Amino acid sequence: MHPDRYESWGRFPKVCRQEVRSLRFRSDPLPEAEGPLLPYGLGRSYGDSCLNEGGTLLSTTNLDRLIHFDHERGILRCEAGVSLAEILRLTVPRGWFLPVTPGTKFVTLGGAIANDVHGKNHHADGTFGRHVRCFEVLRSDGTRHLCSPEENAGLFRATIGGLGLTGVVTWAEFQLRPVSNPLIEAESVRIRSLDEFYEVNAASEADYRYTVAWIDVLASGRNLGRGLYNRGNHAAPVTADLPKLRWGSRLAVPLDAPGWAINPLTVRAFNFAYYHKQLRRVQAGLLPYEPFFYPLDAVAKWNRVYGKRGFFQYQCVVPTGSEAMREIIRTIARSAEASPLVVLKTFGDLPSPGMLSFPRQGITLALDFPNRGERTFRLFEELDRLVADAGGALYPAKDARMPPAMFQRSFPRWREFATYVDPRFSSSFWRRVTHEF
Amino acid sequence: MKRVLILGATSAIAEETARLFASKGDRICLVGRRPERLAEIAADLRVRGAPQVETLVSDLNETERHGALIDGAAEALGGLDTALLAHGTLGDQAASQADWTVAASEIHTNFLSAASLLTLLANRFEAQRHGAVAVISSVAGDRGRQSNYVYGAAKAGLTTFTDGVRNRLAPLGITVVTVKPGFVDTPMTAHLPKGPLFVKPDVVARSIHRALAKGGNVLYTPWFWRFIMAIIKAVPEAIFKKLKL
Repeated sequence: MHPDRYESWGRFPKVCRQEVRSLRFRSDPLPEAEGPLLPYGLGRSYGDSCLNEGGTLLSTTNLDRLIHFDHERGILRCEAGVSLAEILRLTVPRGWFLPVTPGTKFVTLGGAIANDVHGKNHHADGTFGRHVRCFEVLRSDGTRHLCSPEENAGLFRATIGGLGLTGVVTWAEFQLRPVSNPLIEAESVRIRSLDEFYEVNAASEADYRYTVAWIDVLASGRNLGRGLYNRGNHAAPVTADLPKLRWGSRLAVPLDAPGWAINPLTVRAFNFAYYHKQLRRVQAGLLPYEPFFYPLDAVAKWNRVYGKRGFFQYQCVVPTGSEAMREIIRTIARSAEASPLVVLKTFGDLPSPGMLSFPRQGITLALDFPNRGERTFRLFEELDRLVADAGGALYPAKDARMPPAMFQRSFPRWREFATYVDPRFSSSFWRRVTHEF
Repeated sequence: MKRVLILGATSAIAEETARLFASKGDRICLVGRRPERLAEIAADLRVRGAPQVETLVSDLNETERHGALIDGAAEALGGLDTALLAHGTLGDQAASQADWTVAASEIHTNFLSAASLLTLLANRFEAQRHGAVAVISSVAGDRGRQSNYVYGAAKAGLTTFTDGVRNRLAPLGITVVTVKPGFVDTPMTAHLPKGPLFVKPDVVARSIHRALAKGGNVLYTPWFWRFIMAIIKAVPEAIFKKLKL
């Protein structure tokens, strides 16, 4: 195996001392390996939660078998290395959709559980973990544990959102959502400010399963928070011919872009054009689900646009009513560091079974920052302070640098979680954030 | 709907090919050594659309059992239309050089056992006057190289044997495909560093599936290996023997 190929999506930090072993059959024992172990799926975590410096990654993508599909009730049991893309390919033609999906379908089922992923329907349906019925955890001592809300409930709750640290999930069973077709009735609403975001959001959440906003994070003053608010529902049955859906062939970014490709000028120009692309205040239409949920998946390896130094994603959640979000956006606009990829959304109050789950009631902002070294880190320290003061948290799946104190304060159940960590499992992230401070 | 026999069913290429048969609604019989692994693959193929999946546990090195094995598979599926021979080992060249018994066992697995199975399948297809079989050989059989000539020689024998069977059965319209994969990213090659010539097993599986359905002869997969091997075969021996290949 070539350890060099195993990097995180943000390509920071770089890790070289790392072995890789591939898991192929779920009935096989864990392979002999050096150092601590960590499962690795499709590597879409941005920071170091999918890296294991000095240890061994257990590649799970060959655990890609289906076990059982109950077509009537929409319950799928399959191995943990099956990607969400493969699940959709199989289930959508039969009238079933993922209960919750992140912004890329190139994640494994195991990864979706380990990060307890959320989607545009968090206000309506909560996290992925709420829809998981059971799974098997293979521990380093060779024992296998069937986990569900009733059986081995502690390990079940630790493994959901547990960042792969409690053992390898070999297979899982979860509940799908019925749909009539692959289409989304989507609407895009122009919002002129953060206040308007809150207004449109409050009016939308009751009627729309999926809601999310893009904002022009460089706009300031009275334009602060302006953007496009997207909302949608699965379409009702349609009788006319469906638009042809394309699977497969994708564009790819062939090379690393030069480091200056994403700079304040290009970002400002993009944001201006994107905000003004729609002339009417509300634009509605019927879309295939792929461009609605996965616009970036159309470009393979889009992470290369940030160049070899990589990039960071900063995703935080703060309480909805607080002034913190306005101050966070203002700070980012002032720094002019961010990229155009920005997501703003509110989380609902549905609790996740996961002990270490990131989503909690509040408003969440996610955005990319090219790695410009010290400058970028100084900005993050400023943002951390605003998030921490508001009682918020950062998303471990996106993180490459939060200080241990911040992690331990915003994930208060981490010590309880630690008792479920497999003694032979660890990650670069886990060692970093559990350091004494 | 076809009735498909897959020998060496737990190999990555065989498993990916089996998924393509399953998605077309074919009936499948899997043969391999490990019952748990066969059961895992069988469940997957059923969910992917195969109306019937049988599993037979067998060590294919035991050539004396091949007749009963193929009869059993044909009985379970109600006949045979298509077969894929995918079992094999990528042996340890150094160990084979040091110890002839290791080399002999390599040759037994990669050539003799495959030739035995192909003989039985050819006779069956000849008698029923239809059928299609693909045999996984290797580009390693195209020219002997110091780094893996024991494996290469076994595959060279298998290539020639398969070519001969194709020549014999062609008048009956029976498809016999000699498959020559290049570098495939599978557990068999897990220890090798991956260059740009490596492909995922599903790429190889698609070309095998197509060749079996539409009729094929010698299949280099991916296609560019036909040209790479044409060059390697064309290098004069006086130069070739000085190369470290």
